Amino acid sequence: MSAVETSQNLTPSQAAKLRRTAWYRQPRFSRLWAMVALGVLLALVTGEQGNTRDIFYSLETTFTGGGLWVCLALTVGVWVLREFAGDGLKGLAEKAKPGTVAPLAAVRGRFQADKRLRWGLIVLALVLALAIPSMVERYWQTVLVDQIAIFVLLAIGLNVVIGWAGLLDLGFFAFFAVGAYSTAFWTGRLPIEPPVVLNPFWVIPIAVVTCLLTGLLLGAPTLRLRGDYLAIVTLGFHEIIYLVAKNADGVTGGPQGARMIPDFSIDFAGISYKWSIDPLPYWYLLVFFIVIVIILFSRLEHSRVGRAWTAIREDEIAAAANGVDTVRFKLMAFAIGASTSGVAGVVFTSKYGYINPEVFPLLQSILVLAYVIFGGMGSIPGVLIGAAALVWLPEALKDYVDPSDRYMYLGALLVIMMIYRPQGIWPSRRRQRELKLAEQGIGDADAMSEPAGGKF
Amino acid sequence: MSLQEFWDYLVLGLMLGSLYAVIAIGYTLVYGVLQLINFAHSEVFMVGAYGSLIVLTLVDPGANPSMLASIGFVALAMAGSALFGGVTAYGLEKVAYRPLRRRGAPRLIFLITAIGASFFLYNLAGKLFGRDPSTLPEMYKNENVFTIFGAGVNITQLLQFATAVVMMIALDLLVNRTKLGKGIRAVAQDAEVASLMGVDIDKVISRTFIIGGVLGGVAGFLFANLNQVSYTMGFIPGITAFAAAVVGGIGNIRGAMLGGVLIGIVETMTVPLLGDEWRSVSAMVVLILVLMFRPMGILGERVGRAA
Repeated sequence: MSAVETSQNLTPSQAAKLRRTAWYRQPRFSRLWAMVALGVLLALVTGEQGNTRDIFYSLETTFTGGGLWVCLALTVGVWVLREFAGDGLKGLAEKAKPGTVAPLAAVRGRFQADKRLRWGLIVLALVLALAIPSMVERYWQTVLVDQIAIFVLLAIGLNVVIGWAGLLDLGFFAFFAVGAYSTAFWTGRLPIEPPVVLNPFWVIPIAVVTCLLTGLLLGAPTLRLRGDYLAIVTLGFHEIIYLVAKNADGVTGGPQGARMIPDFSIDFAGISYKWSIDPLPYWYLLVFFIVIVIILFSRLEHSRVGRAWTAIREDEIAAAANGVDTVRFKLMAFAIGASTSGVAGVVFTSKYGYINPEVFPLLQSILVLAYVIFGGMGSIPGVLIGAAALVWLPEALKDYVDPSDRYMYLGALLVIMMIYRPQGIWPSRRRQRELKLAEQGIGDADAMSEPAGGKF
Repeated sequence: MSLQEFWDYLVLGLMLGSLYAVIAIGYTLVYGVLQLINFAHSEVFMVGAYGSLIVLTLVDPGANPSMLASIGFVALAMAGSALFGGVTAYGLEKVAYRPLRRRGAPRLIFLITAIGASFFLYNLAGKLFGRDPSTLPEMYKNENVFTIFGAGVNITQLLQFATAVVMMIALDLLVNRTKLGKGIRAVAQDAEVASLMGVDIDKVISRTFIIGGVLGGVAGFLFANLNQVSYTMGFIPGITAFAAAVVGGIGNIRGAMLGGVLIGIVETMTVPLLGDEWRSVSAMVVLILVLMFRPMGILGERVGRAA
């Protein structure tokens, strides 16, 4: 007797019994368990700092304190709202939508239509960038120069690699270290003597070339492989650079690093100026570099090279079939991205005055990546905002949130962003569309698959 | 390097390599079914070590436990690490990867999620259990058991090697002989077709993560038993083991074992030749060399034919 016939012999009530799922397995309740788990996690995340002597201290205080109940109430409350008042809330949101979306779209349309308006906004942003720092406290000026401007420069560089060419580079900060150590070398502050001692200004082109070459050296063997190998090799590369900086005492100065690295100075055609301890002149210098890099890169984005990157990212095989030399253009993206990192390294080193290996932990590479992702891969304004906001935020919140926890929140932010808004806060429209299409199985949106040239 | 030193370091390298092999299997398994580098696997390893620390702190072996008690404590610690590792890997798949998989997100998105999850997990562990390293309580009196080629092997090393070998054999049997193993191989070959043939992909993937997590967790315990427990302990063994998986041929389980042992020996041999500080560099150099000259790994990529 076959199974079909057996089921036909069931009475309706028996059949209903078989069809029924246990109450705790209904989607609604499995969502409740998820919310409860989320509440516990939230309580742990926001709970007290643990200590090594009593490893249960943090767990104990969390599970006996009131924080757990607050978090549980919060998440279960969200569940209740979604499950039992979901339709009502959706209706409200629908009603509010025309009120918020339409004007936003209108503003965006105006900006796209009117070139003067767009330029006006850019000029305004530039004026603000030049004017505001002189009005804030010295502490924030230092933050602006040492962190925000440097990381913005780095993020713009990484954006070329990950946003435009779709390659995941996890060792981006290593190029910063290369730039920094080049500075120390050419200004004569390393144990090995340079052929000539130079002003940091002249080190910039040298550092750019050094980073380009390092990028080529690293990229040449790996860019022919499947894209995700690149991620791990670049990670390893960062680790190698870090360990070399730390252990090769005779060349890099070892754990002590290099100190007394001179500041920038100009002594040319009657103009003589020396940058010194004051952060503001460095800020203007960095803004100058950022503007130049942005102009160059946005020209590049719409050039033949930029279009080749887009093609590789969207569909590597189709790009290769249309005559794009994929390996060459990927190498180019890798090297060009690395070069901005070199510039940032030079400026940072000469502002800071000393470097040691601990300035370049792997953490920094991941941080730059997080800034690019948060802002929006492939979009220069997005990257600017992402880097500035995420560097500024921990500084602004450091009195309220334990600074040692900030990387935990950053990790959570990355995961949440990837699940709910992979295109970032200010997405490039093309990238947004690509991500959407890739999810429907059209195109790639990254250069992570098997390279079109095949294995060599 | 004298001959005696050579044997000493070879034995050490073999021990370390067996550990790398076990971690590498976790990467390779997940790569097989999802084509994804599970960056957060190193955190599973770290959580496993904390699992054993928690269990051992709760039961407290005290001073000089009897032999039977020692075996019991080791078993408990191992079970704790396996449980913690498995649960973390399962949760990771469920929370971070499944929503992306449902949506068919591009690989870049997966990788970044994995990095974010790894970042979150290790910093959370640092917050919960303190940021200083701690050592596991002593479960037995560590002494030399036997000597091989003049190199002494103590209980900790023997435990590490034996557990790793047993786990690898068990895994090999599981993948090649059981129904779940068949499911894993089917999903690795072609997930879409496997689902048409009645394989529950979600279940297989989530169990693959659990298996990888259990292996990673126990490896975490073994590593902690030899060294220390700290929230950052996962990173270096994690990327070394990944390198091992690639060297052996990613997706290939026996390749991961071979790669692990090879990398372990190369790394240990670096110590007498160049110095302790260059250890992790040597693993990366081996990785880059292998990728340059034999990009598919020593035994070849065999995603789908998991043996």
